[in-house]
Amino acid sequence: MTDGAPSAAETRRLGEEARARVRFEEEALGLSDQVYRVARRLAGSREEAEDLVQQTYERAFRSWRQYTPGTNLRAWLLRILTNLNIDKGRRQQRTPQTTSLDNEAGDYYLYNKLESQVPDENPDEERVLEKLSQDSIVDALAEVPHDFRDVIVLVDIGEFSYADAAQILDVPIGTVMSRLHRGRRILKKNLADGVAA
Amino acid sequence: MIDWCDKCEEMMQPFLDGSLSDEEVEKAQHHLELCSWCAKRFRFEERLRHYVRVAVSEPMSPDLKAKLAALRTPLET
Repeated sequence: MTDGAPSAAETRRLGEEARARVRFEEEALGLSDQVYRVARRLAGSREEAEDLVQQTYERAFRSWRQYTPGTNLRAWLLRILTNLNIDKGRRQQRTPQTTSLDNEAGDYYLYNKLESQVPDENPDEERVLEKLSQDSIVDALAEVPHDFRDVIVLVDIGEFSYADAAQILDVPIGTVMSRLHRGRRILKKNLADGVAA
Repeated sequence: MIDWCDKCEEMMQPFLDGSLSDEEVEKAQHHLELCSWCAKRFRFEERLRHYVRVAVSEPMSPDLKAKLAALRTPLET
């Protein structure tokens, strides 16, 4: 008959689990800047982004045992975050994100438009780039329909690979690539249209 | 009659992403060596991608950092 005290083996196991948990939490917290960077662009406001990140970490810490050590923790966290964001979008009944063909222009469109506004005869690309302000980029990105924006944020800003982005969003890799290419063109057209005519 | 500049415009994104076949890369590079019009646009695209990344980055508030740190499981003494 036991007296309720844990065996040596059990104590060891609990100790190992506690250490694994601490390691997990430290590693996850170490990625919080990167997680926030993506959240800030997926969400509509700073407040929303902060809520999203906090909920993500709460959920991550609750389900820490579902993470396999040594695998891509950043992608694992982002998967939780995008799922939370999608759930929130469904509840808020996001506006449809298909974009009409009107909104698509070729990949040189932005450059051509900006160049026509630089007084120099044959400006170099740096002079043309100077026509864009940081605020205009933030605004233009916010106007990209969310399915396309999610991919731009993960790949171009979060620097995830196509494969990781596909896993995070739970879509085929081909979808990631086509949304990325179209999304960038939409972003550039938004920038071009935002610049004074 | 193929307009190589139109073709190059279509290939620009996968070219910069590194997802073109070797053959396509060679065709694009050949055109870019001869066409400063396209070359400038390719350089602009590269700079733009970098600029976008920088322009939208925002640090996390110390407040949020503290809230996250507080989620740590307390160690039992």
